[in-house]
Amino acid sequence: MSTSQGLRDWLLSEEPTSRRQARFAAWYKGWLTLRSNTLAMLGLFVLAFLVLAAIFAPLLASHDPFAQELGQRLLAPGEDGHLFGTDSLGRDIYSRLLYGARISIYIVLLVVMVAPVVGLIVGTVAGYAGGWVDVLLMRVTDIFLAFPRLILALAFVAALGAGIENAVLAISLTAWPPYARIARAETLTIRNTDFIHGIKLQGAGPVRIVTRHIWPLCISSLVIRVTLDMAGIILTAAGLGFLGLGAQPPSPEWGAMISEGRKYILDYWWVATIPGIAIFAISLAFNLLGDGLRDVLDPKEDNA
Amino acid sequence: MTDAPLLDVENLWVRFRTRSGVFDAVRGISFTLGKERLGIVGESGSGKSMTGRAVLRLIRPPGMIEADRLDMHGEDILTAPEKRMRKLRGGRVSMIMQDPKFSLNPVMTVGQQMVEALRAHERVSRSEARARALAMLDEVAIRDPERVFTLYPHEVSGGMGQRIMIAMMLLPNPEILIADEPTSALDVSVQLQVLDIIDKLVRDRGMGLMFISHDLNLVAKFCDRIVIMYAGRIVETCKADELRNAQHPYTLGLLNSVPDLEHPREKLEVLKRDPAWREAPSVSARQ
Amino acid sequence: MNAIEIHDLNVWFGSGPDRANAVRDVSFDVADGESFGLVGESGSGKSTILRTIAGLVPTWSGQMTVAGEQLGRRRSKAFYSKVQMVFQDPYASLHPRQTVDRVLSEAMHLHNVPDIDTRIVSLLDDVGLGSGFRFRYPHQLSGGQRQRVAIARALACDPSILLLDEPTSALDVSVQAEILNLLVDLRREHKLTYIMVSHDLGVVGHLCERIGVMKDGRFVEVLAVEEMRRLEAKSPYTRHLLESSINSIH
Ligand SMILES: Nc1ncnc2c1ncn2[C@@H]1O[C@H](COP(=O)(O)OP(=O)(O)OP(=O)(O)O)[C@@H](O)[C@H]1O
Ligand SMILES: Nc1ncnc2c1ncn2[C@@H]1O[C@H](COP(=O)(O)OP(=O)(O)OP(=O)(O)O)[C@@H](O)[C@H]1O
Ligand SMILES: [Mg+2]
Ligand SMILES: [Mg+2]
Repeated sequence: MSTSQGLRDWLLSEEPTSRRQARFAAWYKGWLTLRSNTLAMLGLFVLAFLVLAAIFAPLLASHDPFAQELGQRLLAPGEDGHLFGTDSLGRDIYSRLLYGARISIYIVLLVVMVAPVVGLIVGTVAGYAGGWVDVLLMRVTDIFLAFPRLILALAFVAALGAGIENAVLAISLTAWPPYARIARAETLTIRNTDFIHGIKLQGAGPVRIVTRHIWPLCISSLVIRVTLDMAGIILTAAGLGFLGLGAQPPSPEWGAMISEGRKYILDYWWVATIPGIAIFAISLAFNLLGDGLRDVLDPKEDNA
Repeated sequence: MTDAPLLDVENLWVRFRTRSGVFDAVRGISFTLGKERLGIVGESGSGKSMTGRAVLRLIRPPGMIEADRLDMHGEDILTAPEKRMRKLRGGRVSMIMQDPKFSLNPVMTVGQQMVEALRAHERVSRSEARARALAMLDEVAIRDPERVFTLYPHEVSGGMGQRIMIAMMLLPNPEILIADEPTSALDVSVQLQVLDIIDKLVRDRGMGLMFISHDLNLVAKFCDRIVIMYAGRIVETCKADELRNAQHPYTLGLLNSVPDLEHPREKLEVLKRDPAWREAPSVSARQ
Repeated sequence: MNAIEIHDLNVWFGSGPDRANAVRDVSFDVADGESFGLVGESGSGKSTILRTIAGLVPTWSGQMTVAGEQLGRRRSKAFYSKVQMVFQDPYASLHPRQTVDRVLSEAMHLHNVPDIDTRIVSLLDDVGLGSGFRFRYPHQLSGGQRQRVAIARALACDPSILLLDEPTSALDVSVQAEILNLLVDLRREHKLTYIMVSHDLGVVGHLCERIGVMKDGRFVEVLAVEEMRRLEAKSPYTRHLLESSINSIH
């Protein structure tokens, strides 16, 4: 008890005595702000739950997600030890859902590694360099923005071939332009401030200024935006899966599961509805978390 | 004064709930504002801006406002709905914020912002709004208003930014103007010019002015009444022309730390604060 | 020896019909160890002169020699170790996500200062902050404290020339007195040369020996502080400025 109290005081000290303490203190204060937002914590909780479910899928699953058993087709939830029932090929929906979480998380991670990074680089370079670099990069961005995301992703997938990696690539390629826009807008407001002039006067070059001084300020608004967009990305992936252009059968991707279930939606509602609920839950969780992160990361809070 | 004052404030508190407890930025002050020029002076952090913002209910959470009375023109604004407050702000009451560059949108030109701000409160055509904005820029002694109209905030000088803010706030003809350090970046001659315009408005339109500043001499010259704040309380209040007889050591300290062109000193005096000042009860500035 | 020699400096913004001449035909010298004040009308180009010397404005013509170096379009790294600038607005001059320590150590790192840790401690002492402030973020500092950090950053590489753009106009009078005292002390200890912009004649009079008066991009007059105190100004604009300044006090 007393050590945890000591740790707390150490973290909340107004006068940190080392670099490490200052950094930890900043994180801890952010965590406290996030924690005071109940809905964001709910979102975080749901996501943590999903990640754990994905990691421990082999332990938690009651059946082999690929094992077909035609004698057990379209069983209702709860029947015969199938928690969420079975699909048209007699596969256990609960187990497929668990393994499907892995695919969803895989998609999320891949998109997060590509789209915001590309957007950040394009946006900050355009904003900081200005002139023709800016014009060129922004026109390219506009071209990408002019197409509806799903249609563009469809075109990419059609060109690259169906499959989960290509679907992710297509989503990433269509998802970066808004991030580039945001990063550019942020850069425009930052690049003329005195603190950037101040570091320029220390002899810092453009690369250092962009990566060390502008990126940290853009990243918070990007993180918020990415979390809020995550729902849309998962839905796009599901949409591609639904159209048969994303994950291929028999892979238990949630969108593909809905797609398979739609033939039976009237008589066997659970086949399509249960993956639908899963998609809904993960989307909502990301949105709630994004809202909470906005409170933590929005730099305006610092300036009151 | 026979009719209700423009502003009537009694026992105003502004509190911030922080992790290390509750911090009181303003601690139970009372004042009234009639059709006059009321100066609010004090050192940095004494709660001047918070007082100004509290009157417009512009304190963001975790800040809270408490008061026994907060009336504007006899209308209780402590409990008024947010919709009503939005109508009042920038219409009947305007506030010139302390940090002009921070309050201007960095990616919109000065002209766009002025026109937008005016059209948000009045139904006027774009061209008329533009004409009025240009005229107002001219009034605050900006050379070449047409050019400044097309500049972005980072392209104007510090003093121009401040005057643009003033022009923007004066556009909708407010009844009460809260000016938070409106002239801190202006040279003396422009400062006098800008103060003259504000002065004229106070007199011609019967406007009430809350003038927030840390420059005692300026406030003494320009205002009718002065309120001196320290640590969220009013330590002294007096008529502007009686400032010479001020008693409080804090007031005297503020007066003495100003460098004076005619009487150079080797070292400027620095204020030495007495903990007892904090605890002294707030003086009422109601009339 | 002159620390700064400026000859026929012209600075403009924009081009073609939008071109605005912010500074026109300005010439002045500042001796080594001198403190030169710039006063004048708001928007007359005072900050622009400082920013042009510092290399933040590329569109200029004329000759500038600073610390024995003839200035071209680009500034060398050596230039920045001799000349530094403090900006007007303490709230905008520090990166909101960097601790005081990070700000100072990056500046020193860029100038290859050895033994950064001890140097930061002594620098913070120099500007009267003490090491308790070392790991704070800007939002944990008051305006006056931020301005001290900005001054510390400017002093990090031991420059010989400081360009001060209204360093105290955003601060209240008691803090202003502290910062002015600090600037006087630093100048004595480090043998610094100052160019200081201010709109407050009292402030300039306190810190500077000679004062250039500007109006509409031009110098109308350069006069010594004593002349100013005796109100011996030649140009009508300076006289007007002096009168308004005295009027606003009495
Ligand atoms: N969000 C916040 N949380 C906690 N304390 C705050 C917050 N905002 C302001 N304060 C505190 O409220 C006090 C009063 O601030 P205020 O801005 O009114 O000062 P001021 O008198 O206007 O000073 P200045 O001359 O520097 O503008 C300060 O001590 C400040 O630290
Ligand atoms: N980036 C820019 N683009 C266009 N015009 C500019 C830019 N920077 C400054 N100017 C113009 O140059 C002129 C001089 O500005 P400067 O900032 O030097 O004035 P100043 O003398 O410092 O005034 P103040 O005392 O108000 O700060 C102003 O008319 C301003 O609009
Ligand atoms: Mg204030
Ligand atoms: Mg300036």
